[in-house]
Amino acid sequence: MASLRTQFEVPGKMKTWSYALIGVGLVALVYGMITKGFSSDEHEQVHFWGTLMYNSIFWTLVCNASMFFISVTTLAQAGFTQTFRRIPEAISTLVPIFGIITFAVLMYVIFSHNHHIYHWLDAEAVAKDPVLKGKSGFLNPTFFVIWTTLTIALWSFLGWRIRKLNNEADEAAMNNETGAKFILRGTVRAAMFTAWFGLTVGSTIPWLWMMSIDAHWYSTMYSWYTFVSSFVAGMSLVALWVIYLKNKGYLELTSQEHLHDIGKFMFAFSIFWTYLWFSQYMLIWYANIPEETIYFKHRVQGAYKGIFFFNLIVNFLCPLLILMKRSAKRNYTLVTFMAVLIIFGHWVDFYQMVMGSLSKEHVTLGWLDFGILIFFVGMMIMFVSKALASKPLIAKHHPYLKESIIHQV
Amino acid sequence: MAKKKFVVGCFDDEAALFPAVKKVRTAGYKIHDVYTPFAVHGLDHAMGLRETSLHTAGFIYGITGTSTALSCISWIFTKDWPLNIGGKPHFALPAWIPIMFELTVLFAAVGMVLTFLYICQLGPFVKKHHFHARATDDLFVMVIECTDQTNVDDLRGFLSSNGAIETDCQIAEEGWWIGKYDNDDMPFENKQIVVA
Repeated sequence: MASLRTQFEVPGKMKTWSYALIGVGLVALVYGMITKGFSSDEHEQVHFWGTLMYNSIFWTLVCNASMFFISVTTLAQAGFTQTFRRIPEAISTLVPIFGIITFAVLMYVIFSHNHHIYHWLDAEAVAKDPVLKGKSGFLNPTFFVIWTTLTIALWSFLGWRIRKLNNEADEAAMNNETGAKFILRGTVRAAMFTAWFGLTVGSTIPWLWMMSIDAHWYSTMYSWYTFVSSFVAGMSLVALWVIYLKNKGYLELTSQEHLHDIGKFMFAFSIFWTYLWFSQYMLIWYANIPEETIYFKHRVQGAYKGIFFFNLIVNFLCPLLILMKRSAKRNYTLVTFMAVLIIFGHWVDFYQMVMGSLSKEHVTLGWLDFGILIFFVGMMIMFVSKALASKPLIAKHHPYLKESIIHQV
Repeated sequence: MAKKKFVVGCFDDEAALFPAVKKVRTAGYKIHDVYTPFAVHGLDHAMGLRETSLHTAGFIYGITGTSTALSCISWIFTKDWPLNIGGKPHFALPAWIPIMFELTVLFAAVGMVLTFLYICQLGPFVKKHHFHARATDDLFVMVIECTDQTNVDDLRGFLSSNGAIETDCQIAEEGWWIGKYDNDDMPFENKQIVVA
């Protein structure tokens, strides 16, 4: 154990790159804010704030998916994650940071009463509209602000408790008794996070943040769909960091066996995403009720047709055909390629979920989207590498570490 | 239905089995199979077995199921018996996907089970020779196939020196056959002889 490289040092090149990405992203962000965000044209405003919204929500959920992965594997008493667990932990440290950005963006939209984004903010229209009136117990600014605050605060807090507990495994060796106690405490904390995650990402938050853009439309499938989208992208992000650290000569104990399991998550949840995509689509297609089909009208037959089906190819057909083979999931190059593709695909998915409702006639994908994407990628690289460098890469006294080292698929 | 000569070595410990398998292979003997009471991790690698192709077979069965469902339903609903169902087009792909999915799973599952049984030579009304009854209980039983040049005594001594607690030589059917033990001419002529 003494010869392992457990202390990650952020390479200078990586720092430069992350600052450069953040710089370019900031330029795009500020330029977009001046020309669009605070312009007098409503369309431009909606374009800017909508773009910022889906990017910040996407990255917050993706980083939060890491903590969900940790919690769920803890609850399942899965040992195999231990050799690389510090990577999802490091990614999840971004939840408070991206959460605050998301919070700021959403609060701006709410308090500037931008009813072009959230139609239900228009009090006069709601008063005249029986459908929106019926939803007003859920879709009102007060509930939105309180629930959003609670959600982001508790994601951050419960995740921080889980990471803090795992730091104890760095310090002192455990015997049977203290080890069992440690596992039990971890299980309780993971259960608390998972329960809150289910109440938020698994149900209310995607309805509140994204589905309510189409204030009249609703789908109970929507939250699960959003969750899976973010989870599969989150697993791909974990895979990318694992492969990066392996390439740099760290994580000696993580092998193809672990990569295979991460690859299985990427594969299986891509299929699950498609399952939900299709279930949502088919039920609405079959029933053919105008108030429901309105969501798919401009996506399947209108301007978003290309993006909508591109989405299905990238997020379903590619993972299905490429990641199906065992040897593909154990191949570092292929998994890297697929991880980038999946993250990009689900980013486009979030794009069409938000912008497909805000700008129905025109596809707005352009410099602003990629600029803000670059901004978030730069932030992600900077903060994750800092978080990785702040702790040993392996919690060497964790009771499940041996199980993870000899893990075999 | 070919009878062959086998040398059988029994081990009571997993830890003794692995080095013995390696030594037997490097000595050039052909391992017929190793029978264990439970699945032993890494034994397939030690024995040098190639990776199974069962999943490739499963993929082919699955694709067969998908295309069977698609061609069947599309022929029925567009050519053979077109019906107007809720004003939907005759070629109503989204409605068929659940059925295509189910048939994919059904074909893949049933096909893979039958293939697995065939590869492992298992099935109802089928028998195989047991090299040692305690392979189902607590012994790890390594079976080595003999050739014309194999010196049985040397081989048994080699196995014993590598930790086998029991060795013997049997002439037995290598594959499966249909029937019961008592109805067949069973190769019991070489009863087990315990060494040491």
